Amino acid sequence: MSDAILRSPLHDQHVALGATLVPFAGWEMPVRYSGDIAEHTAVRTGAGLFDLSHMGEISIRGAEAAAFLDFALVGRLSALALAGAKYTMLCTPEGGVIDDLIVYRRDHDHFVIVANASNKDVVVAELAARVQGFDASVEDISAEIALIAVQGPLAEGIVARMCVRGDDDIRAMRYYSAANVLLEGDIHAFVARTGYTGEDGFELFVGADEAAAVWELALATGAQDGIVPCGLSSRDTLRLEAGMPLYGQELTRDTTPFDAGLGRIVVFGTAAKPRGDFVGREALLKAKVEGPSRVLVGLVGDGRRAARAGYPVLDDAGVAVGTVTSGAPSPTLGRPIAMAYVPAALAEPGTVVGIDVRGRREDMTVTALPFYSRGS
Amino acid sequence: MSNVPDELAYSAEHEWVAGEPDAGAEVTVGITEHAAAALGDIVYVEAPRVGDTVIAGEVCGELESTKAVSELYSPVSGTVTAVNEGLESAPETINSDAYGDGWIFKVEMTETATDLLDAEAYAATIA
Repeated sequence: MSDAILRSPLHDQHVALGATLVPFAGWEMPVRYSGDIAEHTAVRTGAGLFDLSHMGEISIRGAEAAAFLDFALVGRLSALALAGAKYTMLCTPEGGVIDDLIVYRRDHDHFVIVANASNKDVVVAELAARVQGFDASVEDISAEIALIAVQGPLAEGIVARMCVRGDDDIRAMRYYSAANVLLEGDIHAFVARTGYTGEDGFELFVGADEAAAVWELALATGAQDGIVPCGLSSRDTLRLEAGMPLYGQELTRDTTPFDAGLGRIVVFGTAAKPRGDFVGREALLKAKVEGPSRVLVGLVGDGRRAARAGYPVLDDAGVAVGTVTSGAPSPTLGRPIAMAYVPAALAEPGTVVGIDVRGRREDMTVTALPFYSRGS
Repeated sequence: MSNVPDELAYSAEHEWVAGEPDAGAEVTVGITEHAAAALGDIVYVEAPRVGDTVIAGEVCGELESTKAVSELYSPVSGTVTAVNEGLESAPETINSDAYGDGWIFKVEMTETATDLLDAEAYAATIA
């Protein structure tokens, strides 16, 4: 892998908008444009525009594409409807999470997987190893694809107005499904009603060479709704409020989907709907039966000092019994929020735990995830 | 490129000092526009309290944004004579007016500061 820093096809747009660019997973990406809280609030109340071109896209094609994914991933992707989307994971034989993924079914024999930028090469290599023996191909198409997200309660109207064909499909689209549309400027896009913000919203897959035109179209079309370009910083606080895990923090190779409270995405099959073998099956079945030794919980504080990733969770005696995986002052709640792994005995909502915030204890209360749901 | 006013002195930890940094003098301390921009929207400031002794180069508080937390260093040694109480309810003032209403605390200096940077030298460290 080259050490050269990668630039989004929207780099010039970011510079022109005055973005603060930072290194992120080998890419130079916008951390913010105007301000973290303004961007966060725009997504909660109006609309925000995100460049996700750093995300990896992997194309799976072939007569046995569905059977291959059933074997390689923890979900049963063969059951995914055409134009459907599914949140799933790639796990090790020991049940540890290699990456969390969204898989889109573009045709009977064609899927597109979206992987985290930091894991993309590992995911491609792992899938290439697991595809042996299947009539299917694994192709890294990340460089050809730009991913642009329009998120927020006003996203539907904006994305529909960006279309010259398919606007009805946008309005009728259910969460976690997708459609091919034609955008203004004669641009073909695969548009999915998915996101990482806890808000309604869409993700637009377009050719990298058309990314700039689509970005400008979204800004112009959304101007009447006050659309705001948003960076990685607001993306992180939005997903944290929504209780969504982030690879490298809540999810690692040392965690199973069950540890993270996401055991439901592991499909073992039933007598009526049997499922064949898949990588990690035995270890994950054991993890399911035994139950996790630690539990991912939400924490809310009354103070102002926020818990941050890596801070120890303390019991009443001040003994470190867990670890914070993500934390920030919540722009929506106006209080510190965090996710942390704690022993099952401390996982009940209402339990008060301490956090070692740079040498000083701050109390936080275990609360059900998510911290924020739309319409709440 | 962020603003670095000529009339201020600066620490390597991105604090500014207004006033002559000599023993016996009272100076005003804040963080630079560059530091505020790097932190993002500041949502909480833990400043030292009036009467606290602060030591040049040592931590005397913290600054919290949605994105990150940063320690606040005192650029000078002395006794804290005032803190900006407006930051309690409006910490974002540091982002909007880092060199004015976003000042953080004042110090009566007990020794002359020797390792502060002038504007040109500080600007070079953030270029």
